[in-house]
Amino acid sequence: MSKIDPITLAVLAGRMEQIADEMDATLFRAAFNPIIAEAHDASHGLYHAGTGDTLVQGKSGLPIFVGVMSFAVKAVIEKAAADGDLADGDIFIFNDAHIGGTHLSDMRLVRPYFRDGELFCYLASVGHWHDLGGAVPGNYNPAATDAFAEAFILPPVRLARAGVVNQDIIDILMRNTRLPQSAQGDLNGQLGALDLGVKRMDELLDEYGADTVRAGLDALGTRAEALMRSELSDLPDGRWEAVDYLDNDGITDEPLPIKVSLEIIGDRMVMDFDGTAPRCAGPVNIAYPTAVATAYVAIKHIFPALPANAGVMKPIEVKIPEGSLLSAEFPAPVGGYTETILRMIDVIFSAMSQAAPDRVVANAYGTINALSIAGRRKNGQPWVMFSFYGGGHGGTPEGDGLNHGNAPISTATIPPMEILEAAYPVMFRQWALRPDSAGAGAQRGGLGAVYEIEVLEENGAEAFLFGERGRFAPQGVAGGSPSVTNHFCYEQDDGWHEPPMASKMRGIKLKQGQAVRLETPGGGGYGPAADRDPVKVARDVAQGFLSPETATERYGADWKEVEA
Amino acid sequence: MSSTMIGVDVGGTFTDVFVMDEATGVARVAKVPTTRPDQSGGFLDGIGKQVSDLSKVAVVVHGTTAGTNALLERKGARIGVITTEGLRDVLEMRRRDRPHTWGLRGDFEPVVPRDLRLEVPERTLADGTIRTPVDLDAVCTAARELLDQGCLAVAILFANAYANPENEARAVEAVRKIWPSPHVSASHEILPEIREYERFSTTALNAYLQPEVSGYLNRLENALTEGGFDGEFMIVQSNGGVMAVETACRLPVRTALSGPAAGVIAAGYIADTAGFPNVITGDMGGTSFDVSLISGGQSILSPQTSIDFGMVVRTPMIEITTIGAGGGSIAWVDKGGLLNIGPESAGSTPGPVAYGQGNTRPTVTDANVVLGRIDPENPIGGKLDRLDVEAARRAIDEHVGQPLGLTTLDAAEAILRVANSRMAGAIRLVSIERGFDPKKFAFMPFGGGGALHTGAMLGDVGLGRAIVPRYPGVTSAMGCVIADMRQDFVQTINAFVDQIDEAALARFLQDQIDKGHAMLDAARSSFEAREVIVELDMAYLGQTHTVAVPVEVAITDGKVIPPTRSEIAAAFDDAYRATYGRLLDKGVRRVMNLRTAVVGRRPKFDLETLAPEGGSLDASFKGNRKVHFATRWHETAIYDRLSLPVGAVIDGPAILEQPDTTVLVDPGLRATIDRYGNTIIELVEGV
Repeated sequence: MSKIDPITLAVLAGRMEQIADEMDATLFRAAFNPIIAEAHDASHGLYHAGTGDTLVQGKSGLPIFVGVMSFAVKAVIEKAAADGDLADGDIFIFNDAHIGGTHLSDMRLVRPYFRDGELFCYLASVGHWHDLGGAVPGNYNPAATDAFAEAFILPPVRLARAGVVNQDIIDILMRNTRLPQSAQGDLNGQLGALDLGVKRMDELLDEYGADTVRAGLDALGTRAEALMRSELSDLPDGRWEAVDYLDNDGITDEPLPIKVSLEIIGDRMVMDFDGTAPRCAGPVNIAYPTAVATAYVAIKHIFPALPANAGVMKPIEVKIPEGSLLSAEFPAPVGGYTETILRMIDVIFSAMSQAAPDRVVANAYGTINALSIAGRRKNGQPWVMFSFYGGGHGGTPEGDGLNHGNAPISTATIPPMEILEAAYPVMFRQWALRPDSAGAGAQRGGLGAVYEIEVLEENGAEAFLFGERGRFAPQGVAGGSPSVTNHFCYEQDDGWHEPPMASKMRGIKLKQGQAVRLETPGGGGYGPAADRDPVKVARDVAQGFLSPETATERYGADWKEVEA
Repeated sequence: MSSTMIGVDVGGTFTDVFVMDEATGVARVAKVPTTRPDQSGGFLDGIGKQVSDLSKVAVVVHGTTAGTNALLERKGARIGVITTEGLRDVLEMRRRDRPHTWGLRGDFEPVVPRDLRLEVPERTLADGTIRTPVDLDAVCTAARELLDQGCLAVAILFANAYANPENEARAVEAVRKIWPSPHVSASHEILPEIREYERFSTTALNAYLQPEVSGYLNRLENALTEGGFDGEFMIVQSNGGVMAVETACRLPVRTALSGPAAGVIAAGYIADTAGFPNVITGDMGGTSFDVSLISGGQSILSPQTSIDFGMVVRTPMIEITTIGAGGGSIAWVDKGGLLNIGPESAGSTPGPVAYGQGNTRPTVTDANVVLGRIDPENPIGGKLDRLDVEAARRAIDEHVGQPLGLTTLDAAEAILRVANSRMAGAIRLVSIERGFDPKKFAFMPFGGGGALHTGAMLGDVGLGRAIVPRYPGVTSAMGCVIADMRQDFVQTINAFVDQIDEAALARFLQDQIDKGHAMLDAARSSFEAREVIVELDMAYLGQTHTVAVPVEVAITDGKVIPPTRSEIAAAFDDAYRATYGRLLDKGVRRVMNLRTAVVGRRPKFDLETLAPEGGSLDASFKGNRKVHFATRWHETAIYDRLSLPVGAVIDGPAILEQPDTTVLVDPGLRATIDRYGNTIIELVEGV
């Protein structure tokens, strides 16, 4: 193995990151489906030929994929080893979430990259397809009790063998989606991204030589590990715990604990989720790869300068208890994985804040609130308005949390209200910040939001919601207070109603002129509320972020004595 | 009438003036310090250096950073908002984004605080139906309250005003009767386009800039008039076109990228004239490297930009990609042993270590100093007497050399290599990633330091050649003199092609084109030609990314003949196929927006008038200096660039110096002075 000089390494690191970024950009442009094109729910990267470990990953894809993609590659490596016939030009495809993590909507393509007849690394592409069959369009089924009710399941199979595409696979896929045109567009986009990756890798290896690039990839792993060890060494040794709860699994109304203990020993850490609830009936289970990847996401938020390289996780042992809802086995339903991993990130932040309060922010709003409103127009045409809604970010050591941000696992933006109103027969009575929703603290959380949506269609509509944090508010850290719970209600002839399962409900019948109202949590507070500058409290009251009563209740009456 | 044209670019440090006498063909430049906070002092000083009698001046065109700075430094006016009930927080909620992907840190405060955002009863639906007529009493009460609160400008932001402006128009009429100044902005007037956050943000930022920018421009205009100026005063817009000063006072948000846009316009003209219609510009400043691509003589426009997190401006702007690698960017080694450049920067104050103004961490400029590429005895810009080479050497050694086990010189070379590779990455991003072949492009550096890195750009990206304009330091001021007059219009249509209301489309088009021509008519400039560019933003139903579809519009006796439904469909198919390769069999075509640009082509001056006269290679030779390239010192010839004659050929290693720029010719490269005085740098074959 040749050794690489630090300057060539720095140049190569930039070049390879750019290759992954360019693969991202290629798919975002080509994708037909707005979940990829607008919300960037996709990712690309380079993975180790022998282990499948992440070597380099694009910066613009969805954060959760940074950890989870290597599991897709590992699954392909195992299959190729069993089949014993891996060839240049092969492309594998699958969506099986129990093997590759996240949920069945994510279609994974993995392509071995050969140089001079020898396997050099893997390239992979993942993207969230619009629909893959199952009981509910869009595959977000809150009542699923197994994966079969969620979507069509494809295990790792060869889409192309030695450069020849197997049309049979495509035919099977296109027969199992409600939106074949969209699926074909996404598939073409992902294949295009992989082609581009091969072309760019060829150019890079032509320029620098395979040995130098390989040495560079090894060095990047070593460096990532050294960075992580150095960060951990700066933290005190010890053991810290945190627990938080999911409201319920959508089937039985019982809280589900998510628990973590972090132990830092010198330059390594053990992250143990012992004490977490066992596998449940509803779709808030997650597969083991998702759980490990989530630990990675949380770590990268705490240490944002770390690279997207598997070396980062070498000093960290992640223990996921068998039989828990964090390692649910096939065919447990996993469609609501977002809610569970948001809670994992919350408890990791809460535990870490005890070890290093200056490195961690308070909990964000903690639910994606997947709200769907659907119906038929007068002419019989069906319509479905499906979107995720925002909330507040946690207070930070430097300042108040961000008002109305996106979830920590995502970078997706919300569609404009006017686009939604132009596309669907609805009107937003309110699209606003939610006063009194921020967790109190020396640095308060950001505010959550209020969305009140009225149905304009004569035929009425039906609504369903998949949300969380309806019973347990996002936590503060470093002495900060929790914020407030998620609140959902809907209008009927006799007034407003709340769902029995807090933030999960399906089949809500709405008449023309009736509305649903979603009030999302703010972020938790950072530091004791008593430490907040009364001038800032007075300012929040003047701005209407806090009602005078709540201000006094949370911060005392000092704010009344000062100028905002 | 006189034929003197003046371009003035006010930058952060210097105010540049470019004076062009069309009759004699003589061009002159002046550079004076920018005055703060009122930039008009430097503006008039600079003009005064070259022109004694303002009555002889026909046109003054200004590229300004007044708007940009007010936005970046949050120094706009105290303003208020009057908006639809239920929507007061749109500006603060943005599109539910966050400043950084990783870390979940960073807060946002909009330019209008919440207590100055007032709601009134009114509602228009997406199809234009008025569900609740506007309550004008409530509007007037709100306006009075904002005045009582000390607001200097107001923005009126109503839901779906793009679809039917009636409620908003009635409200704005009522407010204009009460408001004591012209600073009243309405969202349907500024940007009648769907997407409330983008429209509200652009409108609010317009109001935010109005008192400040219009005050500044009026002061300038008055001062010019008092000095005897009787010509036309115009302002460069972010789209690279100019507008009348009255328009700029009404629509200051269109000046958000005025200065850099003028530079790109000039770069395009210089390169095109020199025979290189494809060019990538690289402007290296203290903290950033700004890249822009011009293909076939046309710069690329982007529909919107974020001036800062949450500060969205949606008006067409020349697309400029910025990375944090400037002369002042700091080089550092991370805990994993990797050498990084930036994003932290020493800027121009305190600046590089060699400036001796307090910074002790090495920068890109320090590496150039240590390697002999910058003359420490004669620093450019004229602010400092000399540079402290020893201090730069110590800083590089301590922060880069020792941690990486490199000698000081190797460490300095390493800093440049990593900085160059980042700059090369930015160029790849705008070219290769968008399907342009860099071999067909020339690189044009401007800004004080850009021309030190041309060799690396040719080598790392494979650009064909570099072209350094004769006066790279005053490119933006020159661009002011060259830029065309241009007005952009947008109107959301949101209809399927087979259901589009052709009569309504014709009315919108007629209105936009009439307004555009009226603006050209009102200008006192003569235009060589007029041009109307019409595009439709289109997509298939269900798709969110639109494609810009150029459509032909016939105009007979000023009357617009709009394209038919089938012509629109065919134009979409062509544009879609060109972008994505194939069409969708059963896709339903939809028209989102109508965009029109009306352009008045202004006469160009002959760049040959800038070329050097006479001179000789020998006379411009200033001596030799040791300069380090790659692994060793080279005896390097130094020339006075401005006195090099046309046709001069110089092989690297060489350095061409002029008061505000240093041009580095690496070993293996050859510099040639073309007939316009530009320096063309190419690879010497076989070296």
